[in-house]
Amino acid sequence: MNPRVLDITTGLTAQPLIELKDVSKVYGQGHAAMKALRGVDLRIDEGEFVAVMGPSGSGKSTCMNILGCLDTPTNGSYLFKGVEVENLSRNQRALLRRHYLGFVFQGYNLLNRTSAIENVELPLIYRGMPAGERQARARKSLEAVGLKGWETHTPGELSGGQQQRVAIARAIVTEPAVLLADEPTGNLDSARSREIMELLRALNHKQGISIVMVTHELDMAAYATRIIRFMDGRIETDEQNGEAD
Amino acid sequence: MLWNAFLLALREVRRNVMRSFLTILGIVIGVAAVITMVTLGNGATAKVTEQISSLGTNLLELRPGQGHRGPGGTRSTADMFEIDDVQAIEQEISGLAAVAPVASQSSQVIYGNKNWSTTVTGSSNAYLKVRNWTLDIGREFTEGELRSGKAVCILGNTVRKELFSGQDPLDDTIRLEKLSCKVIGVFKSKGQSSFGMDQDDFVLVPLRMLQRRIAGNTDVSAISISARDGISTEKIEQDIERLMRERRRILPGKDDDFHIRNMEELVSTLTGTTKVLTGLLGAVAAVSLLVGGIGIMNIMLVSVTERTREIGIRMAIGAMEREVLMQFLVEAVVLSSFGGLFGIALALSASFWFAGMLQVPFIFNPGIVVVAFLFSAAVGVIFGFFPAQKAARLDPIDALRYE
Repeated sequence: MNPRVLDITTGLTAQPLIELKDVSKVYGQGHAAMKALRGVDLRIDEGEFVAVMGPSGSGKSTCMNILGCLDTPTNGSYLFKGVEVENLSRNQRALLRRHYLGFVFQGYNLLNRTSAIENVELPLIYRGMPAGERQARARKSLEAVGLKGWETHTPGELSGGQQQRVAIARAIVTEPAVLLADEPTGNLDSARSREIMELLRALNHKQGISIVMVTHELDMAAYATRIIRFMDGRIETDEQNGEAD
Repeated sequence: MLWNAFLLALREVRRNVMRSFLTILGIVIGVAAVITMVTLGNGATAKVTEQISSLGTNLLELRPGQGHRGPGGTRSTADMFEIDDVQAIEQEISGLAAVAPVASQSSQVIYGNKNWSTTVTGSSNAYLKVRNWTLDIGREFTEGELRSGKAVCILGNTVRKELFSGQDPLDDTIRLEKLSCKVIGVFKSKGQSSFGMDQDDFVLVPLRMLQRRIAGNTDVSAISISARDGISTEKIEQDIERLMRERRRILPGKDDDFHIRNMEELVSTLTGTTKVLTGLLGAVAAVSLLVGGIGIMNIMLVSVTERTREIGIRMAIGAMEREVLMQFLVEAVVLSSFGGLFGIALALSASFWFAGMLQVPFIFNPGIVVVAFLFSAAVGVIFGFFPAQKAARLDPIDALRYE
């Protein structure tokens, strides 16, 4: 494959990290059409920790999918570091995810019957990193989320909180520009949830990874530096969180 | 990248040992069947060739009557040959190694209280040369014995076993019908012919003795001729035909009342037959290989559905379409290649065993092993492609949401 076609680094600018301009998303057609997003403008700078809140069906998940380059807007434009994502091919979007984005899902989405360290290594495999370096980095990443000694355990042998931490380790092992977390604490009790949130905050502070996190719970949103609320496909409020430190 | 895909595939195979095994079973059986059939077929061909060449490949046999039987044939009325015919061939046809007259009759042979029914063949020492017989013990006929038709005989190995059971038969006297006959030699055993006949079950006596003392005529019922090495049997066949037509005064335009059997033709006919059979069996076996491939496709399709979520995860963390495609394709190829390897191992042990049981030589043919292996890998590519493409074309969001 022609490497120039896949070179997505050309034209990337530092700021803003993410910019949505009048983005709308419509599912279905005609009478059955469902407007998930109705003109969203959003700008996120590097280093921000953004919590996205809102009731189900308010469009926050759709927005996350678009931010994660898993989906494209029906109208409007999404600029990632100044690059128009809509103009990228399927493969280029895959490469953008590979090099700049980290995902943490509500359901962990780890590979079953695959050890923690192999799960964490997975994104590095796609980056073509040699095995030695890959394992060292995966080990470090697992250590960063407090799972030292659990490397060879499979998801089935880990608790929910541990699985989510493996998922976070997998997301940060590539040192992404943005970590997209969709209800990362949705399946966890409050103690485990706080652990995860502390971890995310530390990553944001220490490693400067920007985080966009969807959550239902105010407690969790309180860890973020900025809280955005969605309602009916629009941004209802967008405020800095003074309480976060 | 390919190496990584290979390692991933290996892990996937290991993760589902039982399913992987059942998946490749079709390929294993297919490959094993193809190789076994071809190996055994080659062994059978080799055996037939070897057995016929033990008769002498440059052997021509001249017999009275037409080759075919049935209406219009003149077999029953055709005259037998005479010893003059043999001499004429010897003198007038060039390029011959040996010419042996043959007359034979079935007869009882008796030694002591033992009694055996066999064929008594009258001929000369040329018979040994033409038919590739060698003596185990004793000697050939002398000129004197042949000329005078003396009552001496050389035994086939079966006759020796039946009458003498281990004893030394040399210089003992057996009875052919009512005639006493001295044993002067025993032939080395040749075993069964490719037609299942015991070649060792006969007694050779001087032609003249058989004619005068047993048959009571001067008939020569066949003439065995062997060409010298490197001489075309076809040419000799034509020469003999011309000579015999002349001697038997067959008018131009009339059919021959004799026929010539060419062993070379027989060899090529028989090996041709076994080769066709080998090809046929191999082709049937190849169909089972194809069915095995469809089995792999089935399982791979199920596997794609089962692992939709996994594919979604891989895509979300940055796997490109062709990487997912490659992963599933390599997995299919790894599976089918494993099948191929198991099949080869199974085939080699099975054909070795069968070869022993069917008493055909085990001929290892690296060509067919390589072809079968490559074919099984190709089956993986062909039947793995569709499922792999299905996986690669999944939409990441849908795949992630798939339960």
